[in-house]
Amino acid sequence: MIYLHAFIFAGIICALGQIILDKFKLTPGHITVLFVIIGAFLDVFSIYDKFVAWAGGGALVPITSFGHMLTHGAIAGYEDNGFMGLLIGTFDLTSAGICAAIIFSFYLSLIFKPRD
Amino acid sequence: MEKKKYKEIVDKHTPKENILVNALTAFTIGGIMGIIGQGLIEFYSYFLTIPEKEASVCMIVTLIFISCLLTSLGFFDKIVNFCKCGLIIPITGFAHATMSAALEYRKEGFVTGLGANMLKLSGAVIIFGVVSAWTFSLIRMLLGVI
Repeated sequence: MIYLHAFIFAGIICALGQIILDKFKLTPGHITVLFVIIGAFLDVFSIYDKFVAWAGGGALVPITSFGHMLTHGAIAGYEDNGFMGLLIGTFDLTSAGICAAIIFSFYLSLIFKPRD
Repeated sequence: MEKKKYKEIVDKHTPKENILVNALTAFTIGGIMGIIGQGLIEFYSYFLTIPEKEASVCMIVTLIFISCLLTSLGFFDKIVNFCKCGLIIPITGFAHATMSAALEYRKEGFVTGLGANMLKLSGAVIIFGVVSAWTFSLIRMLLGVI
């Protein structure tokens, strides 16, 4: 059942992004930034945690989960370390994704040549 | 050429994109990506007995690796042209932006090319994500204090 939920949730987010992209003639960069901000906002009152519980991987794959994890880490850091924890904890959960993207890109760009 | 005439010609030759078809394609591809994500989480937690929270990190790293590899082999751009937001909104879009910038600026040298420009496209995501996350959690903190 969770697969159906994952399909619906991830699909709706991607379709919304596509409609906004077509209607307002934005670049894909604007869309990803917009969805990161939406994800960060939805985590303020722990709404996104309910989506994750409902859709599982379907809620973790879209870029909204990136914003969700940033806010989640910042709030968890605040609970552990007080005010400075907002800065300490921000990258706790997302560092895996960012580091993986940077490291893979670096080594693969040494191996492969650009194609057009 | 006059501006008006030029605009007319541009409008005539811009392909008319069907919003509904594009949205349906994005829905299907995005949904499949969601299913793949959930499947990978269950694969890692069942067969490699990783706790579910770490399995989701492994899933994200796997997707990033696959999309980096496909981008460097040159397939990803063709797939994106067809699937559009179905692959840009998932984490694969982030990896694709990093990878294609790295490939493009590699020839300009290591420090001034690769290092300075790798996060050119995806840096916006990180910067706006951090700024909004900090602001929103500050707001939540202040609300919690009151």
